[in-house]
Amino acid sequence: MLRRTFLGLLGAAGVGAALGKSAHAAGNKQFAGHPGSCGVLFDATRCIGCRRCEAGCNKVNELPAPARPFDDLSVLDVKRRTDAKTYTVVNRYDKLPGAAGPVFRKNQCQHCLEPACASACFVRAFTKTEQGGVVWDGSVCVGCRYCMIACPFDIPTFEYDEPLTPRIMKCTLCQPLIITGKLAVPGCVSACPVEALVYGARADLLRIARERLRALPGRYRNHIYGEQEMGGTSWLYLSGVPFKAIGMREDLGIVPAPEMTSGALGAVPIIAGLWPVLLTGIYAVSKRKDKIAHEEKVMAVSEAVAKAQEKAEANLHRALAKAETEKKSAIEKEVKKALEEAAKAQTQEGE
Amino acid sequence: MSIETPAVKKSWLTPFNVVVGLIILIGAVITALRFTKGLGAVTNLSDNNPWGMWIAFDLMCGVALAAGGYTTSTAVYIFGLKRYHSAVRPAILTAFLGYSLVGFALLYDVGRPWRLPYPFFVQSGTTSVLFEVGLCVMLYLSVLFVEWMPAALERLGFSKIRNFVVKLILPLTILGVILSTMHQSSLGALYLIAPSKLHPLWYSGYLPVFFFVSSIAAGLSMVIFEGTLSHRYLHDKMDETYLREHDEVTLGFGKGAALVLAGYFLIKVVGITIDDNWHYLGTGYGTWFLVELLGFVALPCFLFALGVREKNLTLIRGAAVLTVLGIVLNRFNVTLVAFNWQLPAAERYFPSWMEIAISLYIVALGLTIFTFISKNMPIFYEHPNFKEHEPPDLHEHKLKRHPQTFGH
Ligand code: SF4
Ligand code: SF4
Ligand code: SF4
Repeated sequence: MLRRTFLGLLGAAGVGAALGKSAHAAGNKQFAGHPGSCGVLFDATRCIGCRRCEAGCNKVNELPAPARPFDDLSVLDVKRRTDAKTYTVVNRYDKLPGAAGPVFRKNQCQHCLEPACASACFVRAFTKTEQGGVVWDGSVCVGCRYCMIACPFDIPTFEYDEPLTPRIMKCTLCQPLIITGKLAVPGCVSACPVEALVYGARADLLRIARERLRALPGRYRNHIYGEQEMGGTSWLYLSGVPFKAIGMREDLGIVPAPEMTSGALGAVPIIAGLWPVLLTGIYAVSKRKDKIAHEEKVMAVSEAVAKAQEKAEANLHRALAKAETEKKSAIEKEVKKALEEAAKAQTQEGE
Repeated sequence: MSIETPAVKKSWLTPFNVVVGLIILIGAVITALRFTKGLGAVTNLSDNNPWGMWIAFDLMCGVALAAGGYTTSTAVYIFGLKRYHSAVRPAILTAFLGYSLVGFALLYDVGRPWRLPYPFFVQSGTTSVLFEVGLCVMLYLSVLFVEWMPAALERLGFSKIRNFVVKLILPLTILGVILSTMHQSSLGALYLIAPSKLHPLWYSGYLPVFFFVSSIAAGLSMVIFEGTLSHRYLHDKMDETYLREHDEVTLGFGKGAALVLAGYFLIKVVGITIDDNWHYLGTGYGTWFLVELLGFVALPCFLFALGVREKNLTLIRGAAVLTVLGIVLNRFNVTLVAFNWQLPAAERYFPSWMEIAISLYIVALGLTIFTFISKNMPIFYEHPNFKEHEPPDLHEHKLKRHPQTFGH
């Protein structure tokens, strides 16, 4: 038995939640979704590709009318993605091995339990609400579009033609409409004519999905897409063909997006704490080297100065001595001259 | 001064000025278009490719190439390599301008530019790597501004404030290194959240380390590269000290760059080995990856080492240019080439000519402002009244014109 199914069965028995919690308690924090939060189950084996969900979504969310009407099914000839005017799209996949006819798949925000978009947004514009929906708050969004980079399902879209007030556009799980009582279930769900979509508590949806897998094993791939992908999503999928074949990535893994960056963000305090110590240390070492060099230099300079001084003093002495002798001889000369003059005067007086 | 006058009178219509003027004119027109018709009118961005040329070049390359600021001031003020002192001011100015222009470019790219301060003042998404990038870039820009202030204050003659600011250099440098380490690496960490979109050869848990280490190589190479350019075009503004130290800076930084690139090469190889991605090397992406790794990391590393050993400055300058190109290539690869690699060709991104024009326009603005400031402020020379950047007796040339001699 696949481990996933085993865990799924445990979950059905109500043990899964407890197990999941304790298994992760030792490691990183893991969020299993708000209790009682809602989601939608999409069954690709039931979808007939009528695009009524697209029309329903367009209507309840008051989105602009599309270029081609919703009953024009030739739109399905090309692969489409969500865009600023379309919260949800249905795509057709032809000639798949093991499928009798074309297979359809509806795409929209998966309302991840731990959304990449919310973790990536630097103004916390996204909130994973207790009711299950991931909703966006336009009053703080800067329009950086990092949420679009981060979302592994390529869901958020941007109003590129709005010069100054572009919004991020994506499915809201009709949360605002349901909370205000305008709708009981999402517009797309109520529009579906064949019950390919079921709205309800995620736990119940998982139970229904498992029940279908158990009852009709030949009809389905034994996997509930969204139960664990990227840590789990509120939107769940069943399919009769490999999920990859209907445009759903099977290589996303089960690690929730926030965990992918928590390591790098966790390094911040280490850098902030370690660098100053390290750098100040290096600075101190190089400063000390400088200081020694400086002291040596100062010493050399003072030695030189001292030597120069000695020399200067010696010079001075010599000069003084010389001056002394010169002075002496000058005085002697003067005295001699005076004496001579006095003698001369005496002789003249005598005459 | 008398030599300058005829040059000023010559004419403004040099080929350089004409080209720059034209680019700025076209840029202004596209600016008007961007803010009246929206991003859709001027860019090739789409819902699958929300980040294009302006993030790849203006943000990613801009920040990496402005790393000369923190690498140089760290070398001089922390590692005490005083003989590179004259390289600090040009590097700080380039970094300051570089970061300002990054901020300026973001005004074009984000949807509601006036909300750019929101993450810090209105509502903070602290789980976001982008928050860390934004915060560090904002703080570092302020640090660079203060570090650059002495030049402006000297020009204005405000010696008291200037002397006070100079005392802050050490703590500011340390703060600058912390902030740079964080945001240089975080630019790589931005992509950690999207392993499903980035090609495995470029995606790695070590992305932050790759970005940080390569930013050092980019910083060192940019100092060498700019030095060469300024040497050619702003020669008359350089003083003896700058010119004397210039060759030594080239040699020393070349040696540093060789070592850093060698380390970068090694951790890149370790990265592939740990994720066991060797088998991708046989694919087209693998070839491209090898071009980047061998041609723009290993080769410049070797050329730097050779140039340093043979004291061949031309070789070192060539290696610096190659490294700068290599960093640009790497940032483009991560942001554009290897991103969304699984999408069909029709859904891939290629910049529109207007996106390229805006990027050129921002570079042209930067060049113009850099030239203006270098011509009017003490950047490549020491202001005669403020020669004592350090204890005077450490600088021989200062002994010659020591203030004491003024008394005579
Ligand atoms: S699918 Fe994308 S947009 Fe929707 S909640 Fe998940 S990460 Fe966010
Ligand atoms: S575009 Fe808006 S919602 Fe998306 S990450 Fe940026 S600020 Fe957040
Ligand atoms: S849940 Fe609501 S918003 Fe989302 S696709 Fe359905 S109708 Fe549209």
